[in-house]
Amino acid sequence: MRITVDTDKCCGAGQCVLAAPEIFDQREDDGIVVLLTEHPPQHLRAAAEEAAQVCPAGAITLALQEAHS
Amino acid sequence: MTAPATHETEDATPFTARRAPGCPFDPPPAHRALLPDGDRPAAPPTRVRLWDDSTAWLVARHNDQVALLRDERISADSRRPGYPSVSEASLATRAHNRTFITMDEPEHNEERLRFTGAFTVRRIEGLRPRVTALVDGLLDAMAAAGPPADLVQAFALPLPSLVICELLGVPYADHGFFQRCSRVLIDMRSTPEQALDASQELVDYLTGLLAAKQRNPADDLLSRLATEYVATGIATRDECAKQARLLLIAGHETTANMIALGTCALLRHPEQLAAVRDGDEQQVAGSVEELLRYLTIVHLGRRRTALADIEVGGVTIRAGDGVICANDLANRDPEVFPDPDRLDVGRPARRHLAFGSGPHQCLGQNLARLELRLAYPALLRRFPGLRLDQEFAEIAFRDEMLVYGVHALPVAW
Repeated sequence: MRITVDTDKCCGAGQCVLAAPEIFDQREDDGIVVLLTEHPPQHLRAAAEEAAQVCPAGAITLALQEAHS
Repeated sequence: MTAPATHETEDATPFTARRAPGCPFDPPPAHRALLPDGDRPAAPPTRVRLWDDSTAWLVARHNDQVALLRDERISADSRRPGYPSVSEASLATRAHNRTFITMDEPEHNEERLRFTGAFTVRRIEGLRPRVTALVDGLLDAMAAAGPPADLVQAFALPLPSLVICELLGVPYADHGFFQRCSRVLIDMRSTPEQALDASQELVDYLTGLLAAKQRNPADDLLSRLATEYVATGIATRDECAKQARLLLIAGHETTANMIALGTCALLRHPEQLAAVRDGDEQQVAGSVEELLRYLTIVHLGRRRTALADIEVGGVTIRAGDGVICANDLANRDPEVFPDPDRLDVGRPARRHLAFGSGPHQCLGQNLARLELRLAYPALLRRFPGLRLDQEFAEIAFRDEMLVYGVHALPVAW
């Protein structure tokens, strides 16, 4: 599982932090997403998927290619 | 006399906020019929006629709304000719509402990001002890004065008012004034004159506060606006007063109505009430999402204008057309929420659109969540015998307000 974030799209709603605080944080001054780990462990997959799904700006992308390797 | 060619406005069904008698928690049946139900398939987006006889597309499906609200070809600018305004009063005050919520990129995010730092998950979590103390204080006072009580006046309205006042640096002693102005502004029956007067009063009041904060800054948002934006020339005091007006109104009306209407819904569903009362922190958090979904108090849809032709749900929305993303319907879409008309605080409801979607999604959503997560269980634990002190059929619901809820909620215990 590989996660990418688009900080230009991010509107600082914080939904990703609610869904997966182990993977996402927010910059203190403007709330823009901070990716804590690009390759989170497999047990966080559901949380990562929820984060991508509820992100209002569609700023989070999940690539699952490593699941097959 | 020759009949005029049929104009599409004559075919369009009227947009309505009227709910079915006895079903105050469910979207208007006329709109509800757009969603699939059993064997009935979903209807495509449809034209509706608004209060001023203009038309707009009413979009019902969850996935269509998410796609549209994230689409860069859609505008939130209420000055565009095709913009579907909610009422004559809101049309009259749109200049005062010229803030990030009615701006497009790049202007929108530039202005919004001035505020997001104050509403991050971590910053809001830091308010937990203070909000807990405010909840306890109000419940103590309610217990000492009653029963009975009007839950709106005793608890639901003062709590978010106190919180947003402290955050902004607005004296709570002025709550009678700003709550009255806010009520006029979100009442669809207000005349343009009444709405303009109320709006101007609020802007003048906040302009005065900003000037005072510039001289004597404190640790609050108005002081930050005054020192970092007004004093430096980045923004005018008038612009900042309009932003403060938005935060003040949005900060208390919405959460107040969620607390009161949510309590009302729980009192009608005792097994759900028990689950919230006895739930752990995580269960309560989930319950709040379900109540946000089920009640969708911002009930008149997210309003936009198409900037280009956009294909959605089997229709083509033309450039310039108005669009209403009916988030109350999205939140009852059976493809996303099975058995959608059932209040089930145990269900996963996080995909709800109660806060909207796209870059305009509610700035204060995590503050609302914190207040609701603390308010419901504290109220239900303090008053285990809480009950309606009025016939359910007699309760006055807020069909005619931009934010749905109850006008009053008489309770006893």
